[in-house]
Amino acid sequence: MNPDLKEKELLKGLALGDKKAVETIYKDNYNMVQSLVINNNGSAQEAKDIFQEAMIVLLEKARSGNFELNCQIKTYVYSVCRRIWLKKLQQYNRYSNEVESMVSTVPVEEDVEEYEKRDQEFVMMEKAIGSLGEPCKSLIEAFYIQKRNMQDIASQFGYTNADNAKNQKYKCLMRLKKLFFAQYKNGK
Amino acid sequence: MEDIQMLEAVERYIRGEMRPDERVHFEQLRKTNPDVDQMVVEHTLFIHQMNEVGELRKFKSALNEIHTDLAERGLINSDRLKGKAKVVYLWKRYKRVAAIAATIAGITTVTISLLVWSLSPNPDAKIIKDLSRDLDKVKKDQIVTKAAVNNLQNDIKTQYNPSIDYKSGGSGFLIDGKGLLITNLHVVRNARNIAIQNRKGAIFNAKVVFTDVQKDIAILKVDDDNFKSLTAIPYNISKTSADLAEPIFTLGYPRDSIVYGQGYLSANTGYKGDTLSCQIAIAANPGNSGGPVLNNNGEVIGILSTRQVSAEGVVFAIQSKYIHSVLTELKKSDTSYVKLKTPAASSLKGMDRTHQVKKIEDYVFMVKVN
Repeated sequence: MNPDLKEKELLKGLALGDKKAVETIYKDNYNMVQSLVINNNGSAQEAKDIFQEAMIVLLEKARSGNFELNCQIKTYVYSVCRRIWLKKLQQYNRYSNEVESMVSTVPVEEDVEEYEKRDQEFVMMEKAIGSLGEPCKSLIEAFYIQKRNMQDIASQFGYTNADNAKNQKYKCLMRLKKLFFAQYKNGK
Repeated sequence: MEDIQMLEAVERYIRGEMRPDERVHFEQLRKTNPDVDQMVVEHTLFIHQMNEVGELRKFKSALNEIHTDLAERGLINSDRLKGKAKVVYLWKRYKRVAAIAATIAGITTVTISLLVWSLSPNPDAKIIKDLSRDLDKVKKDQIVTKAAVNNLQNDIKTQYNPSIDYKSGGSGFLIDGKGLLITNLHVVRNARNIAIQNRKGAIFNAKVVFTDVQKDIAILKVDDDNFKSLTAIPYNISKTSADLAEPIFTLGYPRDSIVYGQGYLSANTGYKGDTLSCQIAIAANPGNSGGPVLNNNGEVIGILSTRQVSAEGVVFAIQSKYIHSVLTELKKSDTSYVKLKTPAASSLKGMDRTHQVKKIEDYVFMVKVN
């Protein structure tokens, strides 16, 4: 298959949540990123984290639909990882020589910034959910994330009827929204 | 109560579940009542955020699953799972195969018993025996399958990907056949990844289990399934100080191969009168740090640690009695080491040097650090 076409197919697969496509991209790019991070003062665990962040950036790009493939996936992933890793190194105040440039990079600053903003919101919500405590946490997750219906939830959580579950969920929701929006407005 | 109903309405509105007439009515309400409008805006943002969290969680767990899978299959250079995590992984991976095998086995058994039943309504001892042989066969098949899985596991294990570039290193020596090593703390300080390499070049992952900053001693433990326990350690760790002028020798890895060096004990104190160490005259280079210093009887009398930059051939070793005190501390801090015993006597007494070194070299490792 024409290599460009293959890359397009991979991105399409990624956007649609095709596991095979994710796996192929992962397999083709991981080692490169791991050596980048490890050779620049990082550990294998950090390499894994950085690479997975880059996969999320790539997913967003693929989903947005306006991702013009003006470079190879490899170049893009490498550029994103390099950018994120440089930032992390600065944050940790860890000394490193200028991160070596193995392949040419493309400008990804905006994409990385966009990702960081979203990630921050994600962390806020996770934190808010985490501080809810049980049974609120599971109740909210069952309804809003696993999107199960109230009847189902009521029987699993041992509520006598759906209305009781609904009441409880409402109370939990109010707390969660308060927790989340307090941070959200602070962050803005 | 009213609030709950309002919220339900807002959620149905956001999800587009309202009937057209209801929707018109609700939009009218939104226009006239700013509170309702505010609620819709806020809740839309909230729902959007929750959806994002859900999707991101899913994607992240998919990525982790793929990572583990690719690493186990050796398609990416990453550490493999160990212990319990590995079993969980293998179970997940093979549970479908196992389920199918179990189903087939079940169906076979049922079919056979049905056949037996229909052919011979009065089962006698012989048939029962046959049946059990059939079951035996199923069992044997299962054993074969299990062996295949085990082989696969072993295949996976024997590949090692030295993808990590180790930047610095030193030497270390075993104090226990199961993989407990002594080295200098300064060799492994700030390490993120530690590996040890034997004389033949085989590499094993290791981790630090105990450190003593003052004595500059670190205890490493091999953390690698490929590591095979070694038989009894040939040398023992001397509890007393060595004598002045006593001939000594060392083994270490100043370069990629193991290097032998010999000399004598020059002083019972170290740099500037340091009582923790002793001074030896020996040729040592960076990389020798952490290696054992032994006397003629094959007793470890110290850990080679530093050299004086301003003078040639002035090298310091940490006295071996402090290895014992560090081991005592280790036993106190971690009860799993309570039974740890170092050899009471050296088995190298009276041997010539060449034979001694031959016995020792398998117990001295290069310590690689990243």
